[in-house]
Amino acid sequence: MASVAPTYYTNQVQVTDEAASFSPSVLEEMDSHLAKYPSERKRSALIPLLFVIQRERGYVDNAGVNFLAKFLDLEVTDVWETVTFYSMFNLRKIGRHHIQICKTLSCRVMGEPEITEHVCNKLGIYVGETTADEKYTVSLVECLGSCGTAPMMQIGFDYHEDLTTEKVDRILDSLK
Amino acid sequence: MEIKAIGCEPLQLKRVHLENSHTLKVYQENDGYKWLRKAMDMSPDAIINEVKASVLRGRGGAGFPTGMKWSFVPKDSPKQKYIVCNADESEPGTFKDRYLMERDPHALIEGMLIAAFALNSQTCYIYTRGEYRYLIDIMDEAIEEARAANLVGKNILGSDFSCEVYTHTGAGAYICGEETALLSSLEGYRGHPRMKPPFPAVEGLYASPTVVNNVETLTAVPQIIEMGGVAWRDLGTEKSGGTKLWSVSGHVKKPGVYELPMGYADMERFIMEDCGGIRNGHNLKGVIPGGSSVYIMRADDVIGKKVLMDYEGLVAAGSLVGSGGFIVIDETVDIVDSTKNLTEFYKHESCGWCTPCREGTDWLVKIFNRIASGGGRPEDAQLILDLVDNIEGKSFCALGDAAAWAIQGAIKRFPEDFMPYLNGEKTTSIEPKAKTV
Repeated sequence: MASVAPTYYTNQVQVTDEAASFSPSVLEEMDSHLAKYPSERKRSALIPLLFVIQRERGYVDNAGVNFLAKFLDLEVTDVWETVTFYSMFNLRKIGRHHIQICKTLSCRVMGEPEITEHVCNKLGIYVGETTADEKYTVSLVECLGSCGTAPMMQIGFDYHEDLTTEKVDRILDSLK
Repeated sequence: MEIKAIGCEPLQLKRVHLENSHTLKVYQENDGYKWLRKAMDMSPDAIINEVKASVLRGRGGAGFPTGMKWSFVPKDSPKQKYIVCNADESEPGTFKDRYLMERDPHALIEGMLIAAFALNSQTCYIYTRGEYRYLIDIMDEAIEEARAANLVGKNILGSDFSCEVYTHTGAGAYICGEETALLSSLEGYRGHPRMKPPFPAVEGLYASPTVVNNVETLTAVPQIIEMGGVAWRDLGTEKSGGTKLWSVSGHVKKPGVYELPMGYADMERFIMEDCGGIRNGHNLKGVIPGGSSVYIMRADDVIGKKVLMDYEGLVAAGSLVGSGGFIVIDETVDIVDSTKNLTEFYKHESCGWCTPCREGTDWLVKIFNRIASGGGRPEDAQLILDLVDNIEGKSFCALGDAAAWAIQGAIKRFPEDFMPYLNGEKTTSIEPKAKTV
């Protein structure tokens, strides 16, 4: 019988042996993170490096994880173990602009439900979905530390605070 | 949004309104790094004694005396010692550290260096929540500026004291604000809390002695060296020293970050005058004074009750200082809805390590969903209280307790909001407009 390459799954991600490669400048950036930690504690750089992987590859993918496992002398499962714990790592492709609306108490009482409804209606998608042109993904997230300027949303890493529906329109219209 | 001191000279907020307050130049023009120099002329024990005398209590939420925490670090340990700043500010309602780091990053670096000098540490990490990426950039820039001025790195200011300061990012987990979970995360693992003892002071980061302090705690250290511990304590009360930042959000006219002396009198004046009172002519319904994890207070527990704004005053009034995340709620808010919202938060943020918290918060959300959608039963109040009783004190870390307290306070203090749901007379007033994930 022909041998079949082992394929297994974690959180709906197909895991294979393929490993990503990166440009010298990205590798240099990765080394600068690694330099912060004792040489025998490379694993400490895992979370900062996962953000680099996510930025470079769009999301934390199988090939990026395989690369990191080699880069940090870890088992692939060690990397997946950490990736799947943290909510900021996306395991599948999302839109270019990740709209994250804060849903926790201060934002909720200050008008988050109206903002969410407005964003979803404007983009024609439900929370958790991506538009067909892969431009926007909308998520509801827990407290982002912007309670005094609620309601708020974060797009990518940018904070947008004191939102009104008009302000949301202006912000979304300005996104390329 | 307001950022100002009330009832005291601004200490934490001394520089935040200056132009380019985040730069080394402005910081040094305003006595910056002077107190590091002073501390380096003191003995480590003398520094720790000043911090003890100041009665500075941890500003992250637990309120543990900082001087005592520092004194637990074994002096004779041959291991490297670490100072870790907890900038994983994620407690709902709390946003003070964000403004401190944004506008006064050098105060944090100076505080960390003084702590490092006192505890003979050569490495400091600032663990910032992943969403605060722009603050990590600000801190990195400030660290580089300080390094260029020989304030960070080898042989600081020509002495034989060397210390590195590094930033580190989290990735969206509330639990990493718990100090042992933070250390697990800093080591690259899932953010699971660890068994205590051993406490981090003995075995923390990389199994080495480690002090984990909140941003506001560390930025208070240079002030304590400047004024002397006793003088700093006397700004507040005997048991709650100094000043404290309160992050005010919700239905007040002037939300913001307010610096108050500990023991400020009183909470009613603070809400109704200093924060401008309740918006749109509404009335105060409740206050969550210390971040979502503390007991909610009714308006009747605040109005006319002269509640003192310090650790003892808030305990006497039936709540806690916590992280100082002061959420003000008016009568338009349904407490069942607000409690359901917070329960969803704890369910989402439970790390899943221990059963009472993981399963308990999940079931609480299921029960709240049933109640909110019209399936309430009169016995549900007791069912929820029994459930939280099986979480409180039985979980690995304080996240389970926090979830329990938020719910206990609401059910016991706002029965009139729960009863219509439990009698099947009401369903949730705000229907979810969008599909939840």
